[in-house]
Amino acid sequence: MVKVIEVKSLTKKYKNLTAVDNLELDVYKGDVFGFLGPNGAGKSTTIRMMLSLIKPTKGSIEIFGMPLKKKRYEILSRIGAIVEKPDFYLYLSAYKNLEILGKLSNTNVSRKRIMEILEMVGLEKRHTSKVKTFSHGMKQRLGLAQALLHDPELIILDEPTTGLDPQGIKEIRDLILYLSRDKGKTILLSSHILKEVQIIATRMIIINRGKTIVQGTVDELMNSEKMKVKVEVDDVQKAKSCIELTMWKNNLLSAGSNELEFKLDNHEIAILNKHFVESGIEVHSLVPTRSLEDYFLRITEESEL
Amino acid sequence: MSTLIQIELVKIFRKWRTYIGFIAIAVLVVIIQLSIYLTGERFIDFAIQNIKDTFEMVGNFVNGNLIALLVLQMLYVHIPFLIVLVGGDLLASEATAGTYRILLTRPISRFKLIASKFIAGTIYANLLLAFLMLVSLGGSLLIFGSGELIVIKNKIYIFASDDTPWRFVLAYGFATLSLTVVMTLSFFFSSLVENAIGPIVASMAVIIIFLIISSIDIELLRQLRPYLFVTHMAKWSEFFREPVRIDEVIKSAVILLAHIIALFSLTLFIFKKKDILS
Repeated sequence: MVKVIEVKSLTKKYKNLTAVDNLELDVYKGDVFGFLGPNGAGKSTTIRMMLSLIKPTKGSIEIFGMPLKKKRYEILSRIGAIVEKPDFYLYLSAYKNLEILGKLSNTNVSRKRIMEILEMVGLEKRHTSKVKTFSHGMKQRLGLAQALLHDPELIILDEPTTGLDPQGIKEIRDLILYLSRDKGKTILLSSHILKEVQIIATRMIIINRGKTIVQGTVDELMNSEKMKVKVEVDDVQKAKSCIELTMWKNNLLSAGSNELEFKLDNHEIAILNKHFVESGIEVHSLVPTRSLEDYFLRITEESEL
Repeated sequence: MSTLIQIELVKIFRKWRTYIGFIAIAVLVVIIQLSIYLTGERFIDFAIQNIKDTFEMVGNFVNGNLIALLVLQMLYVHIPFLIVLVGGDLLASEATAGTYRILLTRPISRFKLIASKFIAGTIYANLLLAFLMLVSLGGSLLIFGSGELIVIKNKIYIFASDDTPWRFVLAYGFATLSLTVVMTLSFFFSSLVENAIGPIVASMAVIIIFLIISSIDIELLRQLRPYLFVTHMAKWSEFFREPVRIDEVIKSAVILLAHIIALFSLTLFIFKKKDILS
């Protein structure tokens, strides 16, 4: 696998505050890489260092196999980015903003390309409107448009769905999936909407207080721990008695009127099901709920200890 | 680089505050021209009252050349305030608006960005001056006609009308250098903060304090004068004396140029080291 981003021992200190602390991060070609962490974890500082907006105190960043410090110009030509909230020249139109940014992108961005991108993000009818008349959601879309304008290989998106309505969030999610699957782009996605990351990310990192907590493929990380499973049965009391003297008792989280909730590994689900059936209990459904949110909260809470 | 300069000029001239300077100059010049048109003879009588008993004054002294010189004398102190409105905004407004993030994540060097903003700001300052020349000299010659230029300093100089054009051209040329210093000063302050008001106020404060210091006739402050750029900014008036002390003009020009280079280098140094946190 080809590494697109390789971050080693990245550190950023502001006087007494260490915003990023020896961070290690690898993003591979074709990844949709989820970059997660609570507020103040150091995500934005890391992204700003990757885009050379902030100078690291220590450590190295290599992108496309080139050191960012020495090959900034070549690297930035191949990156599109949204950094935090989308800000533009409010007194200029959406088209003029993109035209200016296109000219700065070291590629020939034609009028046709600008209109294509505006159409892709649903702003083609407002291309002559000044950005100051745009809603936050529209600016967010324009932010995405400027990131994609020069057809970059690597797209860095810092909170791209902030301020969007559910339909807008879905459209952005579909667009990211399209860019990844159909266009082969590598995407680094920082988001607070963990459900979105769970759906679209292939690999992820969770950081807290500037340090790497976990990093790996989403499946690998999510399967590395037990998940909550809701088991709907015909007789809850009978089911509870059935597990009273077994190891399953330790896995039981709660009992409702017609269902029990367990914490189980993937392979334990089938064994529990078999146990109930052999004990004459009718199992109506088994619903595993593997939530990135639960995983994220547990991991970050543990890192605070 | 030319693309960057074009972009910066677009940004400058799409903002309404850019035109405040042009409007202010047009209004002020028209007011001065109108006032002199209505009370011109009395104004000249007052100016030459000490010598008119000694010399016989013949000819049209209230003419376009005199008005242009008066306007230049009156406004050279005030035009810097119009320049800082744009100069102080050049860098700070990008920080305020958060647009550094979209600019500096493009493949452009910080040096080129700073240089293009500086050049665009200088173009604006020079256009403002060219506009002043157009309305004060061009407009006054059109309204009042040409004629001898009378200049009263410690001596009285009377220049023939065909002897004035080169003096005005060089005076405006020198003023270009002066206003570029003001632009660079506000540009420097603009690199320090993330709000355009700060650099504008700071630049105005520096100019006002220096002007006050340079006008107070106390020995200690008199010794400071050669080190203040405002002292050298007024050297355009050398072109309206005879002979022109060219060594004085060159010395002041070099000092002003040194200010521009020093302030620009400092701005570049600060900006290259700056973390973009806005």
